[in-house]
Amino acid sequence: MIGRIHSIESFSKVDGPGVRFVVFMQGCNLRCSFCHNPDTWAVNAGEEFTVDELVNRILSVKNYLKNGNGGVTFSGGEPMLQAKFLTLVCKKLKENNIHIALDTAGCFDIENEDVNELLKYVDLVLFDIKQIKNKYHKMLTGVPNDKILKMAEYISNTLNIKMRIRVVYMPGITDVENSLYVLKKFIKTLKNVEKVDILPYHEMGIYKWEKLGMQYKLKDVKVPTNEQVHQVEEFFEEQNNK
Amino acid sequence: MEDIKKLAWKNFNKGVWCDKVDVRDFILKNYSPYTGDDSFLSGPTEKTTKLWEKVSKLMEDERQNGGVLDADTSIISTINSHDAGYVDKDLEIIVGLQTDKPLKRAMMPNGGIRTAKGALEEFGYKMDENVVNIYENYRKTHNQGVFDAYTPEIRACRKSGIITGLPDAYGRGRIIGDYRRLALYGLNFLIEQKELDKKRLEVDTMTEEVIRRREEVTEQINALKELGEMTKKYGIDVSYPAINAKEAVQFTYFAYLAAIKEQNGAAMSLGRVSTFLDIYIKRDMDAGLLTEEQAQELMDQFIIKLRMVRFLRTKAYNALFAGDPNWVTESIGGMSNNGNTLVTKNSFRVLQTLYNLGPAPEPNLTVLWSNKLPDGFKKYCAKVSIDTSAIQYENDDLMREYYGDDYSIACCVSAMRTGKQMQFFGARCNLAKSLLYAINSGKDEISGVQVGPEVSELTGEYLDYDEVMKRLDNVFDWVAGVYINALNIIHYMHDKYCYERLQMAFHDLDIKRTMACGIAGLSVVVDSLSAIKYAKVKPIRDERGIAVDFEVEGEYPCFGNDDERVDEIALKVQKMFMDKLKKHPTYRNSEQTMSILTITSNVVYGEKTGTTPDGRQKGEPFAPGANPMYNREKSGIIAALNSVAKLDYEESLDGISYTFSFVPSVLGKDKDEKVDTLKVLLDSYFEQCGHHLNVNVFDREVLLDAMDHPEKYPQLTIRVSGYAVNFVKLSRKHQLDVIARTFHDKR
Repeated sequence: MIGRIHSIESFSKVDGPGVRFVVFMQGCNLRCSFCHNPDTWAVNAGEEFTVDELVNRILSVKNYLKNGNGGVTFSGGEPMLQAKFLTLVCKKLKENNIHIALDTAGCFDIENEDVNELLKYVDLVLFDIKQIKNKYHKMLTGVPNDKILKMAEYISNTLNIKMRIRVVYMPGITDVENSLYVLKKFIKTLKNVEKVDILPYHEMGIYKWEKLGMQYKLKDVKVPTNEQVHQVEEFFEEQNNK
Repeated sequence: MEDIKKLAWKNFNKGVWCDKVDVRDFILKNYSPYTGDDSFLSGPTEKTTKLWEKVSKLMEDERQNGGVLDADTSIISTINSHDAGYVDKDLEIIVGLQTDKPLKRAMMPNGGIRTAKGALEEFGYKMDENVVNIYENYRKTHNQGVFDAYTPEIRACRKSGIITGLPDAYGRGRIIGDYRRLALYGLNFLIEQKELDKKRLEVDTMTEEVIRRREEVTEQINALKELGEMTKKYGIDVSYPAINAKEAVQFTYFAYLAAIKEQNGAAMSLGRVSTFLDIYIKRDMDAGLLTEEQAQELMDQFIIKLRMVRFLRTKAYNALFAGDPNWVTESIGGMSNNGNTLVTKNSFRVLQTLYNLGPAPEPNLTVLWSNKLPDGFKKYCAKVSIDTSAIQYENDDLMREYYGDDYSIACCVSAMRTGKQMQFFGARCNLAKSLLYAINSGKDEISGVQVGPEVSELTGEYLDYDEVMKRLDNVFDWVAGVYINALNIIHYMHDKYCYERLQMAFHDLDIKRTMACGIAGLSVVVDSLSAIKYAKVKPIRDERGIAVDFEVEGEYPCFGNDDERVDEIALKVQKMFMDKLKKHPTYRNSEQTMSILTITSNVVYGEKTGTTPDGRQKGEPFAPGANPMYNREKSGIIAALNSVAKLDYEESLDGISYTFSFVPSVLGKDKDEKVDTLKVLLDSYFEQCGHHLNVNVFDREVLLDAMDHPEKYPQLTIRVSGYAVNFVKLSRKHQLDVIARTFHDKR
């Protein structure tokens, strides 16, 4: 079976616990207007890998992951779009005791069989919530968030998989109206959230939009100051200390 | 005599080391491993701080004076050619300078009179006519000898730059005397032992080799005697063993000082002295004679002296090696063969000098890393690296297999058993140019001259991988032969006209010699071959029929991404060239070895090499050492580390150098996390059998600022392939090159 991969980052300290090998999967089902990887959207692009090719690349750095108390993180794009391929990869990784994290926006039906099969092998889900309020979510990503929130509850409360919530923080957008309060309240209903990661919005992805000939609509949005980021982090701190 | 010896060796555990020279046995029987952390360390004493201020001021004057503060023009430097010299007698705990004044450069014409004369003139000095007369009319130099014997073919290869950096006009260096021997045994015992060696050479038949060795041992004895004279000028008698820590440091330094007064070698490494000296320091401390502060003072002051080592060299030489380097390499840590760590408190102290005196490229501090090193030491190393970028790391678990547990690193990556092994330094062969010769039927791509053997021209619109490989194999066959021939001549003449009497006096009689060849441009060749194999490469030939450009259609994997398809080509090329070297007989039956190392000379080699099929343009630098080419490692740090770690140490026993830079934020958020992550990277890289790693941790902004404001960063140290250098001493071109080198920043 063939998987489509956008790129590989063999060393990351910011995509899950410890030293991570990050596989950016090609293809996405959201169209977030702040996306810093719009080049991962198209499902038919990317480099083709067989299951063994990808597994071998990962096993080749096994001792870094082991010494660094880390593992593999499948990101994207939306890794769940290639759930069948990743399930085969994860089965082999588990034979080698490698910690597996999945960085997903979770926009799938909870009954999706492929997704359910994949989640059997996942140790940690990095769950992206773009906006808690449906109206804004739609504006920001092009899709409603009801499936997404259901998926978050399902993964955390039904499947009991450990979860970290990731929030890209854009001043004036992420915190519009009382969004952060509502988000915090929602997160409290999730039983297995160990951490809320605040990812400061940055503009380093804009050039990619231009390269792809697409218009970047959020040019007026400001990058948050360290102070602002810190405040939001503190707001969620309680969660992190759980 | 016996009384002093008793005193000097008091409380030491006895062993075979008592009756014959065996420093390793002494160390293993007497040292105290330390497994704690860095909390015991001391800051600098007032004396140290004051002395360092004075020396720093002199160094600033030197920089402002165009790189040289002062130079001898009439005294030919020998071990005892100068009177005692001081920076400030009242502040110096450890004494001894190369000349009568600090930072004044000595004149050493035995390597080559033209080079010595030219170097003086470039800095505005004129060699005394009497000296010129001696060397032009009475005393032949190494350089003259070499050129008397060079063949037209060797000259052509040297001129085109396919073989380059040869030590034929300067001292070869890379020889490490076991300078500890002077401290442990004293001069008299060492001379006695050499006399016994000479007796062993009273054999029935005086063959050329026996005659030569008898003369060499005699020269060694003479040099030792001169060393004794030299120390007396400082009012210190080294006839007997050192009786305390201060003497142990002083004697060790004196032995090294004598070596650098006599030899202007390309790399004048110190060896492995820290743990040895710890034994003396600990004994004094246990007896209440020395405090931690005083122990640190000894090391700080020793290091100040090592930072002051200077040689007079031409600007062209400095352009090749960049930044006035000496490679005063000190090897630190490692494990013993019985599984205990050789880390002592003094392994920490020598690194602590980077805080007490501020970071500096010299001495070249080299940590011999094992995953079994104590955690406290690993963490301290990582911390020092992050704060100063002034440590290089080498794989002790790998090297111990070949060199035992008392080896030292010469220059950057060349391991040798201390006092038992030497190497004939062989610079390097330009593999990228070799590939172009394979494509251009032996014609030089720049001059158009037929340098290599003439073969039929390559036909076909696109380059065929198998055909190119076959031709590359032929070029390697030819160039390896010319290369070894050149080295045989060079080292024959160096032994004849510029023999390292003093350094060899600190070696055993029977030593192992290696012929340390090297290669440059590995990643250029590998990526080029990958392009030829996996994409389509069309050479664009000029009117001379020489490929001056290449059109590449399609994608191909590049070295540095942990991609087996291309990494296996790297291994193939590495083995291919090493196999060719092994075919040729060598001077004094030395064993051929190979390094994948360029210091900063990758810039100069690149200048001399035409456009290559990997898309590297004519004149652009190669990647240093075994580094992947800049910005072609698209999969991040670990993948790049993995590709380099795949290279086979067995095929490159003279070392595989990898220079690695990243901005600190990628290692983690806070200091503890950064330290921990760097430790993980080092542990893992060496577990993967990587050989060497230079670790640079800094921001791009810092470097950009330093280019414009060098005065703000007198001590900014960066590591470049096997070596650390003062950034502000580099030329603008080298500075830009360093910045262009991949910063492993997050995308």
